[in-house]
Amino acid sequence: MIDLFVRSIFADNLILSFFLGVCTFLAVSKRLDTAVGLGIAVIVVQTITVPLNYLILSRLLAPNAWDWLGLGGVDLTFLSLIAFIGVIAAVVQILEMVLDRFVPALYRALGIFLPLITVNCAILGGSLFMAQRDYDFAESVVFGLGGGIGWALAIMGLAAIRERLNYADIPAGLRGLGMAFIVTGLMSMGFTAFSGVQL
Amino acid sequence: MKRLQHLYTPLIDNNPVTLQILGICSALAVTTSMTTALVMSLALIVVLVASSMIISAIRHHIPTSIRLILQITIIASLVIVADQVIQAFAFDISQRLSIFVGLIVTNCLVLGRAEAFAMRNPVGLSALDALGNGLGYGLVLLLIGFVRELFGAGTLFGQTVFPTIHDGGWFTPLNLMLLAPSAFFLLGLLIWAIRSVRPAQIEPADYEISIEPNRRAP
Repeated sequence: MIDLFVRSIFADNLILSFFLGVCTFLAVSKRLDTAVGLGIAVIVVQTITVPLNYLILSRLLAPNAWDWLGLGGVDLTFLSLIAFIGVIAAVVQILEMVLDRFVPALYRALGIFLPLITVNCAILGGSLFMAQRDYDFAESVVFGLGGGIGWALAIMGLAAIRERLNYADIPAGLRGLGMAFIVTGLMSMGFTAFSGVQL
Repeated sequence: MKRLQHLYTPLIDNNPVTLQILGICSALAVTTSMTTALVMSLALIVVLVASSMIISAIRHHIPTSIRLILQITIIASLVIVADQVIQAFAFDISQRLSIFVGLIVTNCLVLGRAEAFAMRNPVGLSALDALGNGLGYGLVLLLIGFVRELFGAGTLFGQTVFPTIHDGGWFTPLNLMLLAPSAFFLLGLLIWAIRSVRPAQIEPADYEISIEPNRRAP
């Protein structure tokens, strides 16, 4: 369990080894404080949606899930994609309303990032990996939390580096996007070093 | 002639991957071989063109408040069809693409074109725009896939081009090419190359660098 947690943060990092959520990652990593906000929002949403999607997959969509109703042999797994994206959109919407009502300070800090998360591949990718690798409930909680923390760690790292890069003398053609890719590649090489870690 | 502009400007001048930063996730993940890159590009082009045409056809009937959910539902339905077709006719490749066909749903490129173009333009024009952007995406994928497969494994579409030393040849495969970091490096270098040819795409500097004698280093 600890092994899975550490692996999903470092060696199997969602951005740096599976390229999930790179679009948002590059667009929002220009400043450190926005990166921290988005990182926290991803951790929260990921930790909620992966276990929730696990429950929906195993209780409603898995083969023979409707046997108790007398509907033997019904297999709805092909619907999992559309169910996952629906759950994610709904969770984000509900979270936004709950935060607005009960924790207005947090809502003001995270509010603008929440709609971005619906189209973040890392969130949907986390749920799809959960389905593909057959995690059970406890594992999907750990995987959701670890994957979210790994994503947040990577975006904060890149944002900190890019703030420094503003003062560097970079060839004109590499400025901005090109350099961001090269730096991400170097970070990715660093994280590859964790791939042999066993706990 | 002016309509055709929508078809060819996204190829290089306004490429969705290298300039608009759309759809990068899948562009990097599936490029370890040409075959997966080609199948992924075809799946994306089909989904993109179909979704743009459907959304453009019903654009006058979509209420603004629920347009995102509606667009995602249409795209997700099309992606499920594409995924099932690939699983039925090319099972090996669908195993290698793993979850990335499903991730076309959240590919910013599809939603981005739906939101920015198909919601405001007639069906024919939207289809051309979608095709152009899909081809621009496929071009980048195949280019990166070509370099990664050729230098990482010495093959193209699975056919041996450089015989590797494991098979008694002369070529030592660069294993780095098959790992994640090389995809980031190659895309960064590709962007650099395109911007050297088209200087108009260069981003303005955030800060002007000048040497002042009494300023401390930041």
